[in-house]
Amino acid sequence: MADAPLLELRGITKRFPGVLANDKVTIDLRRGEVHALLGENGAGKSTLMNILYGLYTPDEGQIVLNGAPVELGSTKGAIEAGIGMVHQHFMLIPVMTVSENIVLATEPKRNGVFLDYDAARKRVRELSERYGLAVDPDARIDRISVGQQQRVEILKALYRGAEILILDEPTAVLTPQEAQELFEIIRSLKEQGKSIIFISHKLNEVLEIADRITVLRRGRVVETIPAAGATEASLARMMVGREVLLRVDKQPSHPQGALLEVEDLVVHEDRGLEAVRGVSFQVRGGEIVGIAGVDANGQSELIDAIAGLRAPSSGRVVVDGRDITGASAKEAIAAGVGHVPEDRHKRGLVLPFSLTENLALHAYRTAPASRRGLLNLRGMAERAQRLLREFDVRGGTPTTPAGALSGGNQQKVVLARELDADPTVLIAAQPTRGLDVGAIEFVHRRLVEQRDAGRAVLLVSLELEEILSLSDRILVMYEGRIAGEFPPTATEEELGLAMTGGRSQEAA
Amino acid sequence: MSDELLTEDAERPPDPPPGDGIPNVGTARFQALTRAYGFIGPIGTTVLAFFMGGLVVLVTGHNPLSVYRAIFNGTGLNWFFHVGNHSARIPFSTHHMWFPWDTASVAAQNLQQTLLLTAPMMLTGLGLAFAFRCGLFNIGGQGQYLIGSYVAVWLGTSFVHLQPFAHVLLCLVAATLAGALYAGIAGFLKATVGAHEVISTIMLNWIAIWVGSYLLGDGGPLQNTTQKEIPISNNVVDGAKLPVFWGLKELQGLSIGIFIAIAMLVLYWLLINRTTFGFEVRAVGFNADAARAAGISVARNYVLAMGVAGGFAALGGAIDILGWEYQVGPGDVQVSEVGFLGLAAALLGRNTAVGVGLGALLFGGLINGTSGRQLDPSIFPPELAGNLATIIQGLVVLFIGLNLGGLAVWYRRRRRRSA
Repeated sequence: MADAPLLELRGITKRFPGVLANDKVTIDLRRGEVHALLGENGAGKSTLMNILYGLYTPDEGQIVLNGAPVELGSTKGAIEAGIGMVHQHFMLIPVMTVSENIVLATEPKRNGVFLDYDAARKRVRELSERYGLAVDPDARIDRISVGQQQRVEILKALYRGAEILILDEPTAVLTPQEAQELFEIIRSLKEQGKSIIFISHKLNEVLEIADRITVLRRGRVVETIPAAGATEASLARMMVGREVLLRVDKQPSHPQGALLEVEDLVVHEDRGLEAVRGVSFQVRGGEIVGIAGVDANGQSELIDAIAGLRAPSSGRVVVDGRDITGASAKEAIAAGVGHVPEDRHKRGLVLPFSLTENLALHAYRTAPASRRGLLNLRGMAERAQRLLREFDVRGGTPTTPAGALSGGNQQKVVLARELDADPTVLIAAQPTRGLDVGAIEFVHRRLVEQRDAGRAVLLVSLELEEILSLSDRILVMYEGRIAGEFPPTATEEELGLAMTGGRSQEAA
Repeated sequence: MSDELLTEDAERPPDPPPGDGIPNVGTARFQALTRAYGFIGPIGTTVLAFFMGGLVVLVTGHNPLSVYRAIFNGTGLNWFFHVGNHSARIPFSTHHMWFPWDTASVAAQNLQQTLLLTAPMMLTGLGLAFAFRCGLFNIGGQGQYLIGSYVAVWLGTSFVHLQPFAHVLLCLVAATLAGALYAGIAGFLKATVGAHEVISTIMLNWIAIWVGSYLLGDGGPLQNTTQKEIPISNNVVDGAKLPVFWGLKELQGLSIGIFIAIAMLVLYWLLINRTTFGFEVRAVGFNADAARAAGISVARNYVLAMGVAGGFAALGGAIDILGWEYQVGPGDVQVSEVGFLGLAAALLGRNTAVGVGLGALLFGGLINGTSGRQLDPSIFPPELAGNLATIIQGLVVLFIGLNLGGLAVWYRRRRRRSA
């Protein structure tokens, strides 16, 4: 009985126009188990979970709950069937309290009309004590940390009676410490008999938390295996279908003179608060300097100030001996700053533009892309052909809109454009966010190539693993200041401590 | 197709399916579909609007088919269907030549009127379209059109001794520049303090209307010099009038304004698709953040795009004055809605050069075809016909908002999903 599956997905097939998102996917979930769903972007994880959460109807196949086939039909049906989902992007109302958010849509009522807030708070407190999910029921959502918001989401699912919890990339927004706390919560939920589907593309996490792992590739189940005995390398091979270099292959760096110098830089963010509070550092040619930090500790504003997108209030930015403090983006580009923006959809690409046009976003100003204000369409297209080939962009021709490409290929387009401009200093902000293993490997290799070609590379990333594997020196940013400099041999714990404001001996 | 997509290939893994929630529709097919809906949407919108207008006609106890037929004949577009052996005068000469159409028929006169109405709508339509490509919703076409007509009437009634060609050119260029400056105010406010262009252009419309009422009204500086009791401007002098190449100048024949408008459609297409300026404008319009990160000045493009848009709309006002109206009064200013019709035309035509042209022709034809002068009162009472035109215009704009093309895609998906 203990081993009888609580939930079975049998032969689920889901087609979208031109793509088979799920192809006869069969997965079972046992009671009290953490079952990880591993796969690259576009492998069909999200589609499968959206089917399980009632957002999509499968074209073929069955969902079997406790031995009986069920028809979910809607998210309401899924919730009633005891399935809860914590989305990657939280579905919370910022101005409401924790309790209000949790009971939303199923509020306990007084006289049938008014919210019985005390009853709601009581229920929330009970739940949070029972599962070890510490939150203040009266705190407003916008005043609590991201990790706590996630707990609220989990509580919300539990409040609605979830027996099965789907966690979609839950650690993407968390610090290493918060991730560990989440794993504690998952273990406690498991002990209380809840079953968890844990979606991720991070191999180490999956190995740490899951009992069994199902690997999806291009809509099909590759295999379901017990976590015990699996290794990162074996999982990566199953995910991608070939051997993958997990470690970045690079030689020791040979740094030369400083190409980027930042001195006492102070930058204000949009609301007028100081986001960067007197930051100084150098990046030499031939080295990768990684900036680690929890999101929103001034990294974005620092990048903006170097890239000419935000005028610093004081301090200096010097590129290869040229002072570009307060320069426009155009001037910064001309001075040799290449910028792979952190949000490629918002800043990196014009999605409705063709690949040709996206690749010409800087080059359109000069020959051969244009002459005397007139575009040279042939010159632009030829250049695009060449770059698409050089950077192995797949899934599109020069006339394809950038929005139709996969995330990895979109990032290759951004890289192609920035690297073709032959930058002196390359800022790579979260260059692999949302990319799959194969594309990450490609991006990393290109960044190391830039370093080896003698350029100064400034890598800003929220992924510690990425920082550690690529950087020659690591700076940690905390509350707008450099909280410490570390060698690439530093441990995640050391960096994590500095990232959350803990003092470190090595701090500069 | 799906099997092909999933074929294993050890040497080179096949393209990863696109992520980011966009289902891969197959690039070529996706592009073809997008393009097809680009046509189907506007046509469907128009057909649906006319169909519902037909229901209204039915309710009033008339036959929709014969009403629409009469309206169509009123537009003069039936002229093209009557081919025969005719002789036509070669424009601006005394020579005649063989021509397949009768250039002096009633239909020909109707068509001249339709095209006279169409030309300025093309230009006010371009005024919306150009700004739209830069991500700005220029509701100020009406005001910019009026500014153009004031400048044209002012300069066209002054400088009476100027050489005709120079006089026309002066009027057109000055009106265009004035409109560009006027619309540029909204662009400047948007670029500097972030004032929303919808609000500022609407306000500029009111300012233009009331400035006109003052300029042209009793005692105003542009009021006519002979009859002080009538609030209307002088007639522009002959040298400032656009040459009429079809029909009689005295009977509102068709001026070369229509060619100016068509030339501007071509210019618009060139500017948008073939110049670095147009490239910047489109980049800003689609994604201002990405444009900024690429070193494009968003503020500069906002100002310039509004300027160009206002120039187009104001040129529309100028060719109306110099082409057939010749004078303007406060009453005309208050009731004019060329700017708004151009807006609808551009929205229907999806801001493409051809689309704006055809959209303007549709509205120009609709207004002319339902006017009391053209429509046979025994088929449909003219006083109702004007309402019918307004209803159809309203329905078209409403259905543009619905985005029928997008609706069709959505419906297909839904059917697929539930199938």
